[in-house]
Amino acid sequence: MSAFTYLFRGRQIPTSPEQRQKHLEKWVVWFQELGAQGHVKDPGHPLESTGKVVNGNQKIVKDGPYAEAKDIVGGYIVVEANDLAHAVELAKGCPILEVGGSVEVRPVQKLEM
Amino acid sequence: MEPSDHLFRREWGRMVAALTRIFGVHNLALAEDVVQEAFCRAIEVWRFRGIPENPAAWLMATAKHCALDVLRRERTARTFAPELGRWLQSEGTLAPVVEELFGPNALKDDLLRMMFSCCHPRLPEEVQVALVLHILCGFSVDEIASAFVSSHAAIEKRITRAKKVLAGSKRLFDITAPADFSGRLSAVQQALYLLFNEGYHGSSAEAAVRSELCHEAMRLVALLLEHPLGATPTTYALAALMCLHAARLPARVDASGSLNALVDQDRSLWDQELVDEGLKLLELSATGSELTAYHVEAAIASMHATAPRTEGTDWGKIVALYDTLLTIRPSPIVALNRAIAIAQYEGPERGLAELHAIDDRERLSAYPFYAAALGELELRRGRHATARQHFRTAHALARNPMERRFLAQRVSACD
Repeated sequence: MSAFTYLFRGRQIPTSPEQRQKHLEKWVVWFQELGAQGHVKDPGHPLESTGKVVNGNQKIVKDGPYAEAKDIVGGYIVVEANDLAHAVELAKGCPILEVGGSVEVRPVQKLEM
Repeated sequence: MEPSDHLFRREWGRMVAALTRIFGVHNLALAEDVVQEAFCRAIEVWRFRGIPENPAAWLMATAKHCALDVLRRERTARTFAPELGRWLQSEGTLAPVVEELFGPNALKDDLLRMMFSCCHPRLPEEVQVALVLHILCGFSVDEIASAFVSSHAAIEKRITRAKKVLAGSKRLFDITAPADFSGRLSAVQQALYLLFNEGYHGSSAEAAVRSELCHEAMRLVALLLEHPLGATPTTYALAALMCLHAARLPARVDASGSLNALVDQDRSLWDQELVDEGLKLLELSATGSELTAYHVEAAIASMHATAPRTEGTDWGKIVALYDTLLTIRPSPIVALNRAIAIAQYEGPERGLAELHAIDDRERLSAYPFYAAALGELELRRGRHATARQHFRTAHALARNPMERRFLAQRVSACD
């Protein structure tokens, strides 16, 4: 088993309260199943959409990531899967895909010393 | 844990009402934005951490924090609720005041205050209903459009205008002044009655949507009953009629989504708990001297609810009640229902004579169930060809697939 980080992008949640609740319920089911199958290594963290960016040699500090809403990372988790293909397959169940968001699947580098 | 059904929708109304009370009605849009923000936060956290033990309390606490942020950030740039003004200005009083405004009793009053505010006399009735659904029941424009079989654009225009009127009123309705309360109460009752009827008789074909509208109306009328000034005999009558009608909902539409006429319904499917509740409420409504249309409609519904079979129904009493209803609230629909009851009581010929004698029956010319009633009674006295003609007319007027299916069935019943 190897570790993979899922980066969730996009904050386009439906606007009607009823649709939002349905969307959330799908997340909860997806996440629970992932956990029940032993794939969740680290439940990660939700991230605020605001913040600062420190840049370059001059250490210039700018407000926010200020990317487009669809590009903002809203949170991350770490999963365990057989290989990259397996991790990608698991990510396909994520409800963020139904609302125009994306899941970036990144293998965590193995440190072999 | 699982969130309960419609948790977000319910909490939407409570949070918007509470925040509007604090921010002032002119900041209605800001209140809605803050509530949206609280929902976004909830989803962002809950999707990774699961739903908390008490999700409603979590949402409300988040809304409170967001509100405090806004108040601190914008108190120099914006004016908030005028009656709270000075309390919100100083840091020493801000937090305790906001804390108190989010207490359980304050929240209940907020909902009522908002309900009365939505029934603004400058807004036409159908607009009040849409506004109640949007602000208090958390229905989106699309959901209201689908319930009313209207276009997104039409409903959006209606709601935007209504919000402008609401936000333009100086302050939220004052529910603590008894005279004002009683003055606005009948408008509120009427709006809830229309909301219920839209669900019960309305144009939407989807059974789920319809029963949801009925349940929202019942939830709000229960809230009205909890307030000492709201619990009048008329409100009890309104609540009774809702329960007694809602009891029949499970039998009204069958598993295939087809309408069942009252006389053909499987009465064992009626919700006995709601019947009992309705009868109890009807008893509570029978005080005071005022006899309203709600009283009479509830009494008619109670006659059906307590009759074991169509044949065992006291149609004579029902006709008499319709006579009373016609004097209180004359309308061609009431006259139509009265004629149907007369047909049950004295036979189809008498019923047909009454149908043809309805004063303003041309107002029913687009209503499929006038032609359908003519067809039903003609069929009953054996005139199949005439009956078929009427059912075809009714079929052409059907407003949704459910009615169309029902009336197509009636056409073929004439063969």
